[in-house]
Amino acid sequence: MPVTIRHRALLSPRSLKDALRLRHEEPDAMPLAGCTDIYVALNFGTLPARGFLNLWTLDALRGIDVLDGVVRIGALTTYTALIQSPIVARHLPMLVAASREVGGPQIQHRGTIGGNVANASPAGDTLPVLAVAQAVVELHSVRGLRLVPFTDFYTGYRTSAAAPDELIVALHVPTPQGRQWFRKVGTRAAQAISKIVIAGVGGRQPRIAFGSVAPTVVRLPQTERVLASGGTILEAQQQMQSEISPIDDVRSTAAYRRQVAANLLDEFWRATGPGSARAARGR
Amino acid sequence: MRFTLNGKRTRVDVHPLARLLDVLREELHLTGTKEGCGEGECGACTVLIDGHPVNACLVPAAHAEGAEVTTIEGLRAHPLQHAFVEHGGAQCGICTPGMILAAVALGPKPSRKAMQAGLAGNLCRCTGYSAIYRSIEKARPARKRKRR
Amino acid sequence: MGRRGAVGSNVLRKDGAGKVNGRALYLDDLSFPGMLHARTIRSTIPAGTITRVTPRVATREFIVVDHRDIPGRNVVALIDDDQPCLAEKRIRHVAEPILVLAHEDRETLLGATVDIEYRQTTPNYDPLRSDVTFKQIAIDKGHVADGFARADLIVDGEYRTRHQEQLYIEPNGVIAVPDGHGGVIVYGSLQCPYYVHRALKVLLGLPDERVRVIQTETGGGFGGKEEYPSMIAGHAALAAIKSGRPVKLVYDRVEDMLATTKRHPSIVRHRTGVTKDGRLTAIEIDATFDGGAYATLSAVVLSRGLIHASGPYRCDHVKIRGRATMTNTPPNGAFRGFGAPQTQFAAEVHMDRIADALGIDPVRLRELNAFRPGDITATGQTLGKDCSALTVLREAVKRTDFRKRRKALKGTGRGIGLALFFHGSGFTGSGEVKLASRATLQLTERGARILVGSTEIGQGTRTMLAQIVADTLGVSYDAVDVNDADTGVVPDSGPTVASRTCLIVGRLLQRAAAEMRERLGDLSPSQYLKKHGPLVVTTQYEKPEKVSWDDTTYRGDAYESYGWGCDVAEVQIDPVTSQAIPVAFTTVHEIGRAIHPGLARGQIEGGSAQGIGWALLEEVVIRDGRMVNSSLTNYIIPTTLDTPPIEVQIVDNPYPQGPFGAKGVGEMPIDGPAPAIINAIRHAGVDIREIPASPERIQACASR
Repeated sequence: MPVTIRHRALLSPRSLKDALRLRHEEPDAMPLAGCTDIYVALNFGTLPARGFLNLWTLDALRGIDVLDGVVRIGALTTYTALIQSPIVARHLPMLVAASREVGGPQIQHRGTIGGNVANASPAGDTLPVLAVAQAVVELHSVRGLRLVPFTDFYTGYRTSAAAPDELIVALHVPTPQGRQWFRKVGTRAAQAISKIVIAGVGGRQPRIAFGSVAPTVVRLPQTERVLASGGTILEAQQQMQSEISPIDDVRSTAAYRRQVAANLLDEFWRATGPGSARAARGR
Repeated sequence: MRFTLNGKRTRVDVHPLARLLDVLREELHLTGTKEGCGEGECGACTVLIDGHPVNACLVPAAHAEGAEVTTIEGLRAHPLQHAFVEHGGAQCGICTPGMILAAVALGPKPSRKAMQAGLAGNLCRCTGYSAIYRSIEKARPARKRKRR
Repeated sequence: MGRRGAVGSNVLRKDGAGKVNGRALYLDDLSFPGMLHARTIRSTIPAGTITRVTPRVATREFIVVDHRDIPGRNVVALIDDDQPCLAEKRIRHVAEPILVLAHEDRETLLGATVDIEYRQTTPNYDPLRSDVTFKQIAIDKGHVADGFARADLIVDGEYRTRHQEQLYIEPNGVIAVPDGHGGVIVYGSLQCPYYVHRALKVLLGLPDERVRVIQTETGGGFGGKEEYPSMIAGHAALAAIKSGRPVKLVYDRVEDMLATTKRHPSIVRHRTGVTKDGRLTAIEIDATFDGGAYATLSAVVLSRGLIHASGPYRCDHVKIRGRATMTNTPPNGAFRGFGAPQTQFAAEVHMDRIADALGIDPVRLRELNAFRPGDITATGQTLGKDCSALTVLREAVKRTDFRKRRKALKGTGRGIGLALFFHGSGFTGSGEVKLASRATLQLTERGARILVGSTEIGQGTRTMLAQIVADTLGVSYDAVDVNDADTGVVPDSGPTVASRTCLIVGRLLQRAAAEMRERLGDLSPSQYLKKHGPLVVTTQYEKPEKVSWDDTTYRGDAYESYGWGCDVAEVQIDPVTSQAIPVAFTTVHEIGRAIHPGLARGQIEGGSAQGIGWALLEEVVIRDGRMVNSSLTNYIIPTTLDTPPIEVQIVDNPYPQGPFGAKGVGEMPIDGPAPAIINAIRHAGVDIREIPASPERIQACASR
């Protein structure tokens, strides 16, 4: 590794309580779980953090259960666990689809959904899913527990509403009513970072979220309204362009992202809207 | 750090943030695990932790504590090893240890689709992957193998 | 005396066991007592001069090497000797080495910083506007004006290709060890030990025997470890000599991508005259290759590129002009195919556009014009019976049911395309005569030991050469050993490049083995050794009688023989994302005869996959002269899921002068995939003339 670790330290709490105390005492220590983002940043020398807080051993942060249609997913749940979970398969098939698109098997075995949320990349594969599912982020600190709607969680490019002493402990994901839809357009078929990624819930009140087209993952409330009120896809596509702000980067271009976002919206709506074959069959 | 390495209980004194890759290669002198990128993309450093393939370049030593780690040196005449020689799965060989371990994790007789998905985290620049699939498909338990 | 018949069978590769059990030792797996680690400090500007260099290190602890420590000439000796090993003042690209730092503790080394001040000048990134031309070449046959006068139709086109990174999975690395007598022993991941040997002699001002280069197991090369290791070895050797200790210098992936050579970008213009019925009457080609900041191998890359530029087609009137020019980007260099993939991409996409313009079937156009035995190439070479252009074309068309498929797919969003190509085996023109390669065979108790400078980089050199020797000598394959490529022991067999190892070095060993067999008479190796003592046979390259070449006029036999190939690709264009997804790929290769069919197939499959990556995915994004996607996360090569099934058919046509009928195979597989895929995309409705055919480019073309 082209970067030195000697002067960096790892704090290893034994319990969540212990972790929250350390988080409170040393808010600069970066929480670390599957390391699939942090060690990449370390390798590239782009991570200034000198202290890390080891969450990986906190089994209390693992696990998936469902209560009254709300799936609670522990922050340390890996993509592999999401892919293999019957609960997730039943309630959130779009999350299974998103998890399958993360890295390769090696990354899926280590990467966690909490890490995906905490890393706050606008390209995070599961984030559009959490946005359209109207998930809630469960944050803990020594001060107590706080629930923040996922769509309010990000405040800007790689910044969030989490306080310096808070930890993401779980995500509460309500089962959406309506057909779930997910598609990632990556740099290649596997092991890819998204050029653009969409999750949607179909039906009369559609919900749509995109990744990689703005500083954060974005819901498209106005576009959703156009579709809900019976507007044409063209009108919706037009509206959508004002709700996204893609850029040129090493992976793609703004022009491409705008065009593909419009195409994806169309594809989503054909598959899940009232005019879709599924809807026509009365499902 | 204590863990089980290739079936043997092992103890090594390292920085908890040291990459498992460096612990294996530099502290324990098991150089069969290769570094191709250091960013979790190529899979050359794939090892098995509790039977699952992971990139050793992305695992801090602290996270291998108490785990069962298998490296290429831990395979003893696994049928896949001979098959990779016989059917062209190994060319330059640098991706091979990681590729074989990822293939081990697929279990016996994986479908072509399962191989594609299961090896998507292992880059090979020599083979175009075809010979790797053939090697896995043709791997047979040692006793039934015909010697050439 | 042992069994026969290693050639043509899939014997187990010599290096197989070590590679599957983890015991094969690659460079970074080695360590020496007292070894220092080294790091290269590079420029960060694309053009200018250095005004001040200030290492912020404890100078007592660190070894700091700069150009003043060079005892010999400050060049990476190759062809033009224009590239310094360590920059003195002038900076021509963003990754130019300035200092080498060494320290025994890698962590301390990583923490060191160096301040460098510059005076910047205006860089040039446009190869068409460069005021430095490394090389220009003209090839003329007939008079194109006459050819155009006879044409019913003239078709123009411009085609562009971009950088491609070799992306061997093992990054570059060397270890230099002082030999105790003022010289140095260098271990390295490399293709050409004698290139490094020569470069070090020049750099260090040492005689032959004070420099020894030993290739370690090498995790892929693809040309990327042809000339650049001479630079790295120079840096490590300088630090080793200055410190008196072994020095390891291994690049991480980012540095490897940022600093080392890539495939030359190209701009190729075609103007072709053709009759109504599809016969080529005139071919005019103008090609510009972006050489990057220094000459490296650009002259010979250009040469091979231009010789292959008119494709495997007969035409009486051909005019080819080309040049390699300088830009302020890291130097480009050798990459599998060596210029021929760039020019044949243009030629084959252009052929489909000609077919479109004429309204005839692209297969028919190629059938009409493909080289036949007896035809004369652009350089005036008369092709022999080893010309199989039509055979591979017809075989590929038949196997894929091309014409029927092409009709069936029309208007479906899928397309099918083909490319016909050829590739000369061995060095271009008089190259082999100048190399005068040698190979040695040493009799052992069981059989023989091969001593050659040719390297195993995954392609199967050790195995294939041992097969040739085994069958010629009449011993079993297992009775033939292959020595490490160690310049202290093996002769200079020329570099391991240019699809030359099997044809040229294989033939040298075949001759050596034949001579050895004659000397043995009825004796077994061990009987011979007992009776007569050691037996060593060395052979040297002899030019086949009929081959002649004139470097000044660029006329003659450019290569003693060519391989022939035809690729058919089927591509699906996603209407939502504009991604071109390769769904099927078939390739037919005529390579004389495959010494080891399994290894040959491996070369063809792997080269095809690398070509598919170049066609669709692999883009070096350069901003201000710097590669900004220099990581495996952002430089995209194909994974399992991006690589279609690759159908390989090897057609036999033994080449009488080749060992057991063999020609070269390593490079040709990368010539065809890009044009076949682009032609498939055209068939699916998108007229794209530049690769990679990324979704962004396809979308831009489609909406034009």
